[in-house]
Amino acid sequence: METAKAYFKSPWRVLIYLALVVATFLWLVPMLTGLVTSIRTFNDILYNGFISWPKEVTLENFKTAWERGGLSHYLPNSFIITLPSLALTLFLSSLGAYSLARFKFKGNNLIFFTFVGGMLLPFQVLMLPVFKLTDWLGLYDTYWGLIFFHTAFQLGFCTFMLRNYMRTVPGEILEAARIDGCGEIRIWWQIMLPLTLPAIAAIATLEFTWIFNDYLWAIVLLRSDKLKPITAGLATLQGQYVTDWPVIVAGALIGTLPTLLVFLFLQRYFIEGLTLGSTK
Amino acid sequence: MIRSRRDIVPYLFLVIPVIIYIVWVIGPMFYTFYLSLTDWDGLTTPNFIGLKNYVKLFDDKVFYISMANNLKWLLAFITIPVVFGLGLAMVLNVAIPGEKFFKMSFYMPMVLAMVVSGLIWGWMFHPSGGLINNFLVWTGLVEKGPGWLSDRDLVLWSIIGVAIWRQIGYVMVLYLAGLKSINPQLLEAAHVDGANQWNTFWKILLPLLTPVTIIVLVISVIDSLRAFDLVSVMTRGGPAHASSVLANFMYIEAFNNYKMGYGASIAVMLFFLSLIFIFVYLRRVMQDEMEY
Repeated sequence: METAKAYFKSPWRVLIYLALVVATFLWLVPMLTGLVTSIRTFNDILYNGFISWPKEVTLENFKTAWERGGLSHYLPNSFIITLPSLALTLFLSSLGAYSLARFKFKGNNLIFFTFVGGMLLPFQVLMLPVFKLTDWLGLYDTYWGLIFFHTAFQLGFCTFMLRNYMRTVPGEILEAARIDGCGEIRIWWQIMLPLTLPAIAAIATLEFTWIFNDYLWAIVLLRSDKLKPITAGLATLQGQYVTDWPVIVAGALIGTLPTLLVFLFLQRYFIEGLTLGSTK
Repeated sequence: MIRSRRDIVPYLFLVIPVIIYIVWVIGPMFYTFYLSLTDWDGLTTPNFIGLKNYVKLFDDKVFYISMANNLKWLLAFITIPVVFGLGLAMVLNVAIPGEKFFKMSFYMPMVLAMVVSGLIWGWMFHPSGGLINNFLVWTGLVEKGPGWLSDRDLVLWSIIGVAIWRQIGYVMVLYLAGLKSINPQLLEAAHVDGANQWNTFWKILLPLLTPVTIIVLVISVIDSLRAFDLVSVMTRGGPAHASSVLANFMYIEAFNNYKMGYGASIAVMLFFLSLIFIFVYLRRVMQDEMEY
């Protein structure tokens, strides 16, 4: 109430507020449309038009997408690919970032800028060589081919972010540990990592959604239907149920549930992750 | 002896990440250049054929359409989301009732997979069953809505519209963070000195936000060059290549037509397009390092 009173002190603000409400509604329309579509039958929509009261409400579309559409194995695949990639890339980048942030040595800047430059590449540039490499390693059409690529490519962003964050940790703490005879591995594990936890949480939230939502690499490095993650699976579903939009849309909603939940519960970290690098 | 052991420590921490990065990212980047000079089909050994792929590429109508589409995408991305993202950030930077809900609504598209957005919007754009045309007919403005994804003049802009729907939240987040970092006393001082809001915005706020704006622009450019998922899911570049973008053109040539060498030459063009902006970003990061 207090905010409301303070906010609406000028008529301009009332106008701005109205515009904001309209814009927000428009922004949510696709999701609302998706929800409404997913519980209707396609015949109902076609005969009565989309803007009509549903003749019947059904959960059949979700069931079809889940069982016959194959989402019951696409969705677990997404986790099988995302979680190891996430763990590996965070582990490796925290090692590299510690070194880049806290040691002066030859090549420090070169390595750092290589990571940053690589993170900005339009990754399609890597598509064909990585396809060839993965095939050569015998990892084509396996989970590991995809996991290795995600781990490697995300190292750029994670190292960049973690290195900048680790620089803000006061040096005295590390010096004190060194004087006490603590080895560098122990300093990294027992002092640096716990202090970096806020940044790691933010980056992990962001990276989870990025890796989980990847589509391009899934279709480049995988062929078997039984290995496909949800994004590639949804494209297959679209091909299978070309005209049955409620099934496709229901599938899309199921596919977005994990990242949506992560976002709803970890929104703070998600936003922090996005802004870590942009301001100091 | 002990000194030299200490000197090796930073390299030990880096050795595994750097090797992985070189093998999967840096090496492949250079290998693309080599592949673009071959006739590789994805199965047999690549043969060196010189610049033939490039000669063909510069004579390929689809290449020019795709490049032009990427540039249209880029222009749309560095203007519309930046203006609206900044506007929203300004509005939502003050205490406003329902702030959390508003912010969440604009963030939400960022969390959805592009594939999911593409599918849901593809349905909204459906010529007869979709919400948009149903709404247009319902208002009585038109008898029959346009083919958002089948009309050659409309299709690219329909897809870019979806991308913008997603991008605005991202830009807003970055500007919100930028606004938070501005010392309110500066604005206070301008107000006391009698500057109106218009002047305060252009002469104080916007210049202070320049670092954020640079990041926003670079990210927008990179994202517009990365465009692939939406096009792939919504139109596959059609009708008649009207919505083709470089990444999509490349994927089709490489994996549907098995012309991987040719695809690699498209990748090289994409690389050079992005190079300029990568350097802008690196320079900005380097300036930060100087201040440090």
